[in-house]
Amino acid sequence: MAPYDVTAWGKGIEVAVSLGIGFSFGFILERAGFGDSRKLASQFYFRDMTVLKVMFTGIVVAMVLLFWAVFLGFVDYGRIFVNPTFLWPGIVGGFILGLGFIVGGYCPGTSLVSAATGKLDGMFFVGGVLLGIFVFGEAAPQFWDFFEGAGEGARATLPEWLGLPTGLVVLGVVLMAVGAFRAAEWAEGLVARRAQRRQDAQP
Amino acid sequence: MKARAERGPAPYINPYLAGTFLGVLLFVSFLVTGHGLGASGGLARMIVWVQDLFVSSHVDANPALATMAGGDANPLDHWLVWAIIGAMAGGFVSGWMGRRLRIETFRGPNISVRARWIAALLGGTLVGFGARMARGCTSGQALSGGAVLSLGSWAFMFSVFAGGYLLAYFVRRLWN
Repeated sequence: MAPYDVTAWGKGIEVAVSLGIGFSFGFILERAGFGDSRKLASQFYFRDMTVLKVMFTGIVVAMVLLFWAVFLGFVDYGRIFVNPTFLWPGIVGGFILGLGFIVGGYCPGTSLVSAATGKLDGMFFVGGVLLGIFVFGEAAPQFWDFFEGAGEGARATLPEWLGLPTGLVVLGVVLMAVGAFRAAEWAEGLVARRAQRRQDAQP
Repeated sequence: MKARAERGPAPYINPYLAGTFLGVLLFVSFLVTGHGLGASGGLARMIVWVQDLFVSSHVDANPALATMAGGDANPLDHWLVWAIIGAMAGGFVSGWMGRRLRIETFRGPNISVRARWIAALLGGTLVGFGARMARGCTSGQALSGGAVLSLGSWAFMFSVFAGGYLLAYFVRRLWN
Protein backbone atom coordinates (compact mmCIF):
# COMPACT_ATOMS: atom_id res chain seq x y z
CA MET A 1 0.00 0.00 0.00
CA ALA A 2 1.14 3.51 -0.77
CA PRO A 3 3.03 5.57 0.18
CA TYR A 4 5.95 3.64 -1.22
CA ASP A 5 9.43 3.86 0.21
CA VAL A 6 11.67 5.10 -2.59
CA THR A 7 14.73 4.79 -0.38
CA ALA A 8 14.23 1.01 -0.50
CA TRP A 9 14.49 1.01 -4.30
CA GLY A 10 18.15 1.96 -4.28
CA LYS A 11 20.01 5.25 -4.31
CA GLY A 12 19.86 5.72 -8.09
CA ILE A 13 16.07 5.41 -8.18
CA GLU A 14 15.64 7.72 -5.19
CA VAL A 15 17.81 10.41 -6.79
CA ALA A 16 16.05 10.04 -10.17
CA VAL A 17 12.57 10.26 -8.61
CA SER A 18 13.55 13.34 -6.56
CA LEU A 19 15.12 15.03 -9.58
CA GLY A 20 12.04 14.24 -11.69
CA ILE A 21 9.60 15.58 -9.10
CA GLY A 22 11.77 18.70 -8.66
CA PHE A 23 12.00 19.18 -12.42
CA SER A 24 8.22 19.03 -12.84
CA PHE A 25 7.78 21.41 -9.92
CA GLY A 26 10.14 24.01 -11.38
CA PHE A 27 8.64 23.57 -14.83
CA ILE A 28 5.07 24.19 -13.58
CA LEU A 29 6.12 27.20 -11.47
CA GLU A 30 7.79 28.83 -14.47
CA ARG A 31 4.85 28.05 -16.80
CA ALA A 32 2.49 29.69 -14.31
CA GLY A 33 4.53 32.92 -14.36
CA PHE A 34 6.14 32.49 -10.94
CA GLY A 35 9.59 33.39 -12.27
CA ASP A 36 8.45 37.03 -12.43
CA SER A 37 8.52 38.98 -9.15
CA ARG A 38 6.09 41.59 -10.50
CA LYS A 39 3.46 38.94 -11.03
CA LEU A 40 4.00 37.45 -7.57
CA ALA A 41 3.93 40.87 -5.84
CA SER A 42 0.73 41.84 -7.70
CA GLN A 43 -1.03 39.29 -5.49
CA PHE A 44 -0.65 41.69 -2.56
CA TYR A 45 -2.21 44.61 -4.49
CA PHE A 46 -5.16 42.51 -5.78
CA ARG A 47 -4.04 43.20 -9.35
CA ASP A 48 -3.19 39.65 -10.32
CA MET A 49 -4.26 36.84 -7.99
CA THR A 50 -2.37 34.07 -9.80
CA VAL A 51 -0.48 33.08 -6.64
CA LEU A 52 -3.68 32.37 -4.75
CA LYS A 53 -5.31 30.61 -7.71
CA VAL A 54 -2.39 28.30 -8.45
CA MET A 55 -1.64 27.55 -4.82
CA PHE A 56 -5.21 26.84 -3.71
CA THR A 57 -5.97 24.82 -6.84
CA GLY A 58 -2.83 22.79 -6.16
CA ILE A 59 -3.79 22.22 -2.52
CA VAL A 60 -7.38 21.29 -3.36
CA VAL A 61 -6.48 18.88 -6.20
CA ALA A 62 -3.75 17.13 -4.17
CA MET A 63 -5.95 16.99 -1.06
CA VAL A 64 -9.00 15.56 -2.84
CA LEU A 65 -6.93 12.95 -4.71
CA LEU A 66 -5.06 11.98 -1.55
CA PHE A 67 -8.08 11.61 0.71
CA TRP A 68 -10.01 9.72 -1.98
CA ALA A 69 -7.05 7.34 -2.19
CA VAL A 70 -7.05 7.04 1.61
CA PHE A 71 -10.82 6.45 1.65
CA LEU A 72 -10.53 3.76 -1.04
CA GLY A 73 -7.72 2.09 0.89
CA PHE A 74 -4.88 2.77 -1.54
CA VAL A 75 -2.93 5.07 0.77
CA ASP A 76 -2.13 4.83 4.48
CA TYR A 77 -2.59 8.38 5.83
CA GLY A 78 -0.69 7.40 8.97
CA ARG A 79 2.48 6.96 6.91
CA ILE A 80 2.10 10.21 4.95
CA PHE A 81 4.37 12.98 6.22
CA VAL A 82 2.18 15.56 7.92
CA ASN A 83 4.28 18.59 8.87
CA PRO A 84 4.48 18.53 12.68
CA THR A 85 2.78 21.48 14.33
CA PHE A 86 5.00 23.96 16.13
CA LEU A 87 2.37 26.66 16.33
CA TRP A 88 4.23 29.82 17.39
CA PRO A 89 7.50 29.32 15.52
CA GLY A 90 5.34 28.59 12.47
CA ILE A 91 3.24 31.71 12.89
CA VAL A 92 6.21 34.01 13.62
CA GLY A 93 8.33 32.45 10.86
CA GLY A 94 5.42 32.67 8.42
CA PHE A 95 4.90 36.33 9.26
CA ILE A 96 8.59 37.14 8.69
CA LEU A 97 8.46 35.18 5.44
CA GLY A 98 5.39 37.19 4.36
CA LEU A 99 7.21 40.48 5.05
CA GLY A 100 10.20 39.27 3.03
CA PHE A 101 7.93 38.07 0.23
CA ILE A 102 6.48 41.53 -0.47
CA VAL A 103 9.85 43.29 -0.08
CA GLY A 104 11.82 40.80 -2.18
CA GLY A 105 9.12 39.62 -4.58
CA TYR A 106 9.69 35.87 -4.30
CA CYS A 107 9.57 32.87 -2.03
CA PRO A 108 12.41 30.29 -2.03
CA GLY A 109 11.04 27.97 -4.75
CA THR A 110 9.99 30.74 -7.13
CA SER A 111 13.30 32.57 -6.72
CA LEU A 112 15.19 29.45 -7.83
CA VAL A 113 13.10 29.32 -11.00
CA SER A 114 13.58 33.04 -11.57
CA ALA A 115 17.34 32.77 -11.14
CA ALA A 116 17.41 29.76 -13.49
CA THR A 117 15.84 31.86 -16.24
CA GLY A 118 18.43 34.62 -15.90
CA LYS A 119 16.57 37.13 -13.73
CA LEU A 120 19.05 39.14 -11.68
CA ASP A 121 16.53 40.10 -9.00
CA GLY A 122 15.87 36.37 -8.55
CA MET A 123 19.60 35.74 -8.11
CA PHE A 124 19.92 38.48 -5.49
CA PHE A 125 16.90 37.02 -3.72
CA VAL A 126 18.42 33.51 -3.66
CA GLY A 127 21.58 35.08 -2.21
CA GLY A 128 19.43 36.70 0.47
CA VAL A 129 17.67 33.42 1.27
CA LEU A 130 21.03 31.70 1.74
CA LEU A 131 22.17 34.56 4.00
CA GLY A 132 18.94 34.41 6.03
CA ILE A 133 19.26 30.64 6.45
CA PHE A 134 22.87 31.09 7.61
CA VAL A 135 21.86 33.79 10.12
CA PHE A 136 19.05 31.61 11.44
CA GLY A 137 21.36 28.64 11.90
CA GLU A 138 23.81 30.72 13.91
CA ALA A 139 21.15 32.53 15.94
CA ALA A 140 18.76 29.63 16.63
CA PRO A 141 20.56 28.35 19.79
CA GLN A 142 19.74 31.76 21.35
CA PHE A 143 16.01 31.12 21.15
CA TRP A 144 16.05 27.34 21.03
CA ASP A 145 13.26 26.91 23.61
CA PHE A 146 10.92 29.05 21.53
CA PHE A 147 11.88 27.19 18.34
CA GLU A 148 11.29 23.78 19.92
CA GLY A 149 8.01 24.90 21.47
CA ALA A 150 6.61 23.72 24.79
CA GLY A 151 5.45 20.15 24.35
CA GLU A 152 4.82 20.73 20.68
CA GLY A 153 6.00 19.08 17.50
CA ALA A 154 3.27 16.51 17.29
CA ARG A 155 1.31 15.45 14.24
CA ALA A 156 -1.79 17.64 14.46
CA THR A 157 -4.43 17.83 11.77
CA LEU A 158 -7.30 20.18 11.02
CA PRO A 159 -9.97 17.45 11.42
CA GLU A 160 -8.63 16.58 14.91
CA TRP A 161 -8.43 20.21 15.92
CA LEU A 162 -11.94 21.00 14.70
CA GLY A 163 -13.34 17.69 15.97
CA LEU A 164 -14.93 17.03 12.58
CA PRO A 165 -14.79 14.07 10.19
CA THR A 166 -11.99 14.33 7.62
CA GLY A 167 -14.43 14.22 4.68
CA LEU A 168 -16.28 17.25 6.00
CA VAL A 169 -13.06 19.23 6.46
CA VAL A 170 -11.96 18.32 2.91
CA LEU A 171 -15.32 19.57 1.61
CA GLY A 172 -14.97 22.73 3.70
CA VAL A 173 -11.52 23.46 2.25
CA VAL A 174 -12.86 22.93 -1.29
CA LEU A 175 -15.76 25.34 -0.67
CA MET A 176 -13.41 27.88 0.91
CA ALA A 177 -11.11 27.67 -2.12
CA VAL A 178 -14.02 28.14 -4.54
CA GLY A 179 -15.12 31.18 -2.54
CA ALA A 180 -11.56 32.52 -2.61
CA PHE A 181 -11.40 32.07 -6.40
CA ARG A 182 -14.63 34.01 -6.89
CA ALA A 183 -13.41 36.77 -4.57
CA ALA A 184 -10.08 36.84 -6.45
CA GLU A 185 -11.78 37.23 -9.85
CA TRP A 186 -14.01 39.96 -8.44
CA ALA A 187 -11.06 41.84 -6.89
CA GLU A 188 -9.03 41.64 -10.11
CA GLY A 189 -11.95 43.09 -12.07
CA LEU A 190 -12.41 45.89 -9.56
CA VAL A 191 -8.73 46.87 -9.59
CA ALA A 192 -8.61 46.73 -13.40
CA ARG A 193 -11.66 49.00 -13.74
CA ARG A 194 -10.19 51.49 -11.25
CA ALA A 195 -6.90 51.59 -13.14
CA GLN A 196 -8.79 52.10 -16.40
CA ARG A 197 -10.78 55.00 -14.95
CA ARG A 198 -7.59 56.64 -13.69
CA GLN A 199 -6.08 56.30 -17.16
CA ASP A 200 -9.17 57.75 -18.84
CA ALA A 201 -9.15 60.73 -16.49
CA GLN A 202 -5.66 61.73 -17.58
CA PRO A 203 -5.55 64.40 -20.30
CA MET B 1 7.97 32.80 -39.75
CA LYS B 2 9.70 35.21 -37.41
CA ALA B 3 12.89 34.43 -35.54
CA ARG B 4 12.45 33.13 -31.99
CA ALA B 5 13.63 36.32 -30.32
CA GLU B 6 11.31 38.52 -32.38
CA ARG B 7 8.19 36.69 -31.31
CA GLY B 8 8.74 37.73 -27.69
CA PRO B 9 7.93 35.71 -24.57
CA ALA B 10 5.05 33.23 -24.75
CA PRO B 11 2.03 33.90 -22.51
CA TYR B 12 1.82 32.07 -19.19
CA ILE B 13 -0.65 29.22 -18.86
CA ASN B 14 -4.02 29.51 -17.14
CA PRO B 15 -3.55 29.61 -13.34
CA TYR B 16 -6.22 26.99 -12.61
CA LEU B 17 -4.63 24.65 -15.15
CA ALA B 18 -1.18 25.25 -13.61
CA GLY B 19 -2.67 24.61 -10.18
CA THR B 20 -4.21 21.35 -11.36
CA PHE B 21 -0.85 20.14 -12.70
CA LEU B 22 0.76 21.21 -9.43
CA GLY B 23 -1.85 19.32 -7.41
CA VAL B 24 -1.43 16.12 -9.43
CA LEU B 25 2.35 16.38 -9.05
CA LEU B 26 2.01 16.89 -5.30
CA PHE B 27 -0.32 13.87 -5.06
CA VAL B 28 2.13 11.71 -7.03
CA SER B 29 4.93 12.87 -4.73
CA PHE B 30 2.96 11.79 -1.65
CA LEU B 31 2.04 8.50 -3.29
CA VAL B 32 5.56 7.57 -4.32
CA THR B 33 7.66 9.11 -1.55
CA GLY B 34 5.29 9.76 1.36
CA HIS B 35 6.27 13.43 1.46
CA GLY B 36 5.46 16.57 -0.51
CA LEU B 37 7.64 19.20 -2.17
CA GLY B 38 10.27 21.53 -0.73
CA ALA B 39 12.65 24.35 -1.55
CA SER B 40 14.16 26.10 1.48
CA GLY B 41 15.27 22.82 3.11
CA GLY B 42 17.56 22.01 0.17
CA LEU B 43 19.14 25.47 0.33
CA ALA B 44 19.69 25.07 4.08
CA ARG B 45 21.54 21.82 3.42
CA MET B 46 23.82 23.57 0.93
CA ILE B 47 24.71 26.25 3.49
CA VAL B 48 25.36 23.68 6.20
CA TRP B 49 27.53 21.70 3.79
CA VAL B 50 29.76 24.76 3.31
CA GLN B 51 29.87 25.41 7.06
CA ASP B 52 30.70 21.76 7.70
CA LEU B 53 33.74 22.05 5.40
CA PHE B 54 35.29 24.82 7.48
CA VAL B 55 33.94 24.54 11.02
CA SER B 56 32.77 20.95 11.43
CA SER B 57 32.91 20.93 15.24
CA HIS B 58 30.88 24.15 15.38
CA VAL B 59 28.21 22.48 13.24
CA ASP B 60 28.16 19.42 15.50
CA ALA B 61 27.65 21.63 18.57
CA ASN B 62 24.76 23.60 17.09
CA PRO B 63 21.43 21.75 17.42
CA ALA B 64 19.94 23.66 14.45
CA LEU B 65 22.71 22.41 12.15
CA ALA B 66 23.70 19.06 13.64
CA THR B 67 20.45 17.42 12.52
CA MET B 68 21.60 17.97 8.93
CA ALA B 69 25.37 17.55 9.17
CA GLY B 70 26.23 16.10 12.60
CA GLY B 71 29.24 13.77 12.69
CA ASP B 72 29.87 12.14 9.34
CA ALA B 73 26.44 12.91 7.88
CA ASN B 74 26.60 14.47 4.40
CA PRO B 75 23.93 17.19 4.31
CA LEU B 76 23.76 17.06 0.51
CA ASP B 77 22.74 13.40 0.50
CA HIS B 78 19.01 14.17 0.74
CA TRP B 79 15.98 14.34 -1.56
CA LEU B 80 15.49 18.05 -0.81
CA VAL B 81 18.83 18.83 -2.46
CA TRP B 82 18.12 16.77 -5.57
CA ALA B 83 14.64 18.28 -5.81
CA ILE B 84 15.91 21.87 -5.97
CA ILE B 85 18.50 20.94 -8.58
CA GLY B 86 15.63 19.43 -10.57
CA ALA B 87 13.47 22.51 -9.96
CA MET B 88 16.13 24.83 -11.38
CA ALA B 89 16.51 22.59 -14.43
CA GLY B 90 12.72 22.46 -14.90
CA GLY B 91 12.43 26.22 -14.62
CA PHE B 92 15.24 26.65 -17.12
CA VAL B 93 13.64 24.30 -19.67
CA SER B 94 10.22 25.93 -19.29
CA GLY B 95 11.79 29.39 -19.65
CA TRP B 96 13.63 28.25 -22.76
CA MET B 97 10.45 26.81 -24.29
CA GLY B 98 8.55 30.01 -23.46
CA ARG B 99 11.32 32.25 -24.88
CA ARG B 100 11.77 33.79 -21.42
CA LEU B 101 15.47 33.06 -20.90
CA ARG B 102 17.03 36.49 -20.60
CA ILE B 103 19.42 38.32 -18.29
CA GLU B 104 17.20 41.07 -16.89
CA THR B 105 15.84 42.56 -13.67
CA PHE B 106 12.13 42.46 -12.94
CA ARG B 107 11.10 45.58 -11.04
CA GLY B 108 8.25 48.02 -10.49
CA PRO B 109 7.97 51.04 -12.81
CA ASN B 110 9.23 53.55 -10.21
CA ILE B 111 12.31 51.89 -8.78
CA SER B 112 15.91 51.74 -10.00
CA VAL B 113 17.65 48.47 -10.85
CA ARG B 114 20.06 48.90 -7.94
CA ALA B 115 17.26 49.57 -5.44
CA ARG B 116 15.45 46.48 -6.72
CA TRP B 117 18.53 44.34 -6.16
CA ILE B 118 18.90 45.65 -2.60
CA ALA B 119 15.20 44.97 -1.91
CA ALA B 120 15.54 41.46 -3.34
CA LEU B 121 18.55 40.74 -1.15
CA LEU B 122 16.86 42.14 1.95
CA GLY B 123 13.56 40.40 1.29
CA GLY B 124 15.36 37.15 0.55
CA THR B 125 17.18 37.36 3.87
CA LEU B 126 13.90 37.76 5.76
CA VAL B 127 12.36 34.90 3.78
CA GLY B 128 15.32 32.58 4.45
CA PHE B 129 15.23 33.35 8.17
CA GLY B 130 11.45 33.00 8.39
CA ALA B 131 11.39 29.76 6.43
CA ARG B 132 13.88 28.14 8.81
CA MET B 133 11.99 29.34 11.87
CA ALA B 134 8.75 27.95 10.43
CA ARG B 135 10.46 24.67 9.39
CA GLY B 136 9.51 25.18 5.77
CA CYS B 137 8.47 27.71 3.17
CA THR B 138 5.59 28.18 0.78
CA SER B 139 6.39 24.82 -0.87
CA GLY B 140 7.17 22.56 2.07
CA GLN B 141 4.75 24.05 4.60
CA ALA B 142 1.90 25.92 2.92
CA LEU B 143 1.45 23.78 -0.19
CA SER B 144 2.50 20.32 1.02
CA GLY B 145 1.32 20.62 4.62
CA GLY B 146 -1.86 22.39 3.53
CA ALA B 147 -2.84 19.52 1.25
CA VAL B 148 -2.45 16.91 4.02
CA LEU B 149 -4.39 19.14 6.44
CA SER B 150 -1.58 19.86 8.88
CA LEU B 151 -2.84 22.30 11.52
CA GLY B 152 0.50 24.11 11.78
CA SER B 153 0.80 24.46 8.01
CA TRP B 154 -2.56 26.21 7.77
CA ALA B 155 -1.64 28.58 10.60
CA PHE B 156 1.64 29.26 8.76
CA MET B 157 -0.13 29.94 5.46
CA PHE B 158 -2.47 32.55 6.93
CA SER B 159 0.47 34.14 8.72
CA VAL B 160 2.41 34.47 5.42
CA PHE B 161 -0.49 36.23 3.74
CA ALA B 162 -1.01 38.43 6.82
CA GLY B 163 2.64 39.54 6.75
CA GLY B 164 2.55 40.23 3.02
CA TYR B 165 -0.71 42.15 3.00
CA LEU B 166 0.17 44.17 6.12
CA LEU B 167 3.42 45.42 4.65
CA ALA B 168 2.24 45.75 1.03
CA TYR B 169 0.81 49.25 1.48
CA PHE B 170 4.02 50.58 3.02
CA VAL B 171 6.29 49.25 0.28
CA ARG B 172 3.98 50.06 -2.64
CA ARG B 173 6.72 52.20 -4.20
CA LEU B 174 8.62 49.01 -4.90
CA TRP B 175 5.90 47.62 -7.15
CA ASN B 176 3.55 50.38 -8.33
